[in-house]
Amino acid sequence: MATTTVTRENVEAKVVEAIAELGPDIEQVTPYATFESLDVDSLDLVELTQVVEEEFGVVIPNEAAAKLTTVGDAIEYVVAHGS
Amino acid sequence: MAAERPGPTARSATGSALVTGASRGIGAAVAATLAAEGWPVGVSYRTDSEAADAVVAGIEARGGRAMALAGDVAGSDTAGNLIDALEERFGPVLVLVNNAGVRADGLALSIRDEEWDRVIETNLTGTFRLTRRALRPMLKARYGRIVNVASIVGPRANPGQANYAASKAGVIGMTRTVAAEVARRGVTVNAVAPGLVDTDMTEDLSPDLLDAVPARRAGTPEEVAACVRFLASEEAAYVTGATLAVDGGLSA
Repeated sequence: MATTTVTRENVEAKVVEAIAELGPDIEQVTPYATFESLDVDSLDLVELTQVVEEEFGVVIPNEAAAKLTTVGDAIEYVVAHGS
Repeated sequence: MAAERPGPTARSATGSALVTGASRGIGAAVAATLAAEGWPVGVSYRTDSEAADAVVAGIEARGGRAMALAGDVAGSDTAGNLIDALEERFGPVLVLVNNAGVRADGLALSIRDEEWDRVIETNLTGTFRLTRRALRPMLKARYGRIVNVASIVGPRANPGQANYAASKAGVIGMTRTVAAEVARRGVTVNAVAPGLVDTDMTEDLSPDLLDAVPARRAGTPEEVAACVRFLASEEAAYVTGATLAVDGGLSA
């Protein structure tokens, strides 16, 4: 399934793009932005984890997803857990 | 004749519908009804490929589109396999009707583990797994209709069906919660709760049961399918988490 190599650049680009598709303006989606400030809710986060799983083959379990508070947290998680 | 068939709606032009347990009974009637609405329909079945092919042929003869899909919904990979195959041919699943169900009746004292597990795994776990898989394309599309075929014995008592009643009560509870989770994405999740409906599944039941039905007759698969058709329609956008009894007044 995974199609893209896990590099920080690839992950950041995809995560930012996926979050922007959920509603927020892409300029607001910085690594320091919190999901709360971007109005990204729990259902949005599940959708984000599915994009990440399809793109990079990295599964973010519910318990881990619950601890992600910023865009950067999500990027770090994928980079750390990618092959 | 073709002119009488409604043209595809905007939704049915971009996606597909999956009906499980669609080779006969309520499922076959639902598949035919959704196809008549313009949906390309996946006719999923477990054992009777001839019957499923006949349902598909009937739909095609009336100008609709359908494909037969083999799979036991109790299997852990079945949801993915069914939906992948359907989406490859007809596009993202935007309507899911979880109809596949089995009975293994007996008083609670005599229900064996295997009979308990088989009924729960098909009726409840199978419904959950298909729902979980179908939510992906639906959330992406910001549109979806899930209709679960429960039973009037979910919210009521029916001696001899502890396993079946538990599975159907579970389906109704799951319907409500998933409905609340995804409502803000334009996806609705509802259930119908048929009473005594004239199908293979009920043919062994005593005719005396009809005396308890205020309508004094069994329902038809088409009467259940009409309710599913409504809940699966765009017009039903503001109905979610509901369970619609289709029982001739049995639970009234």
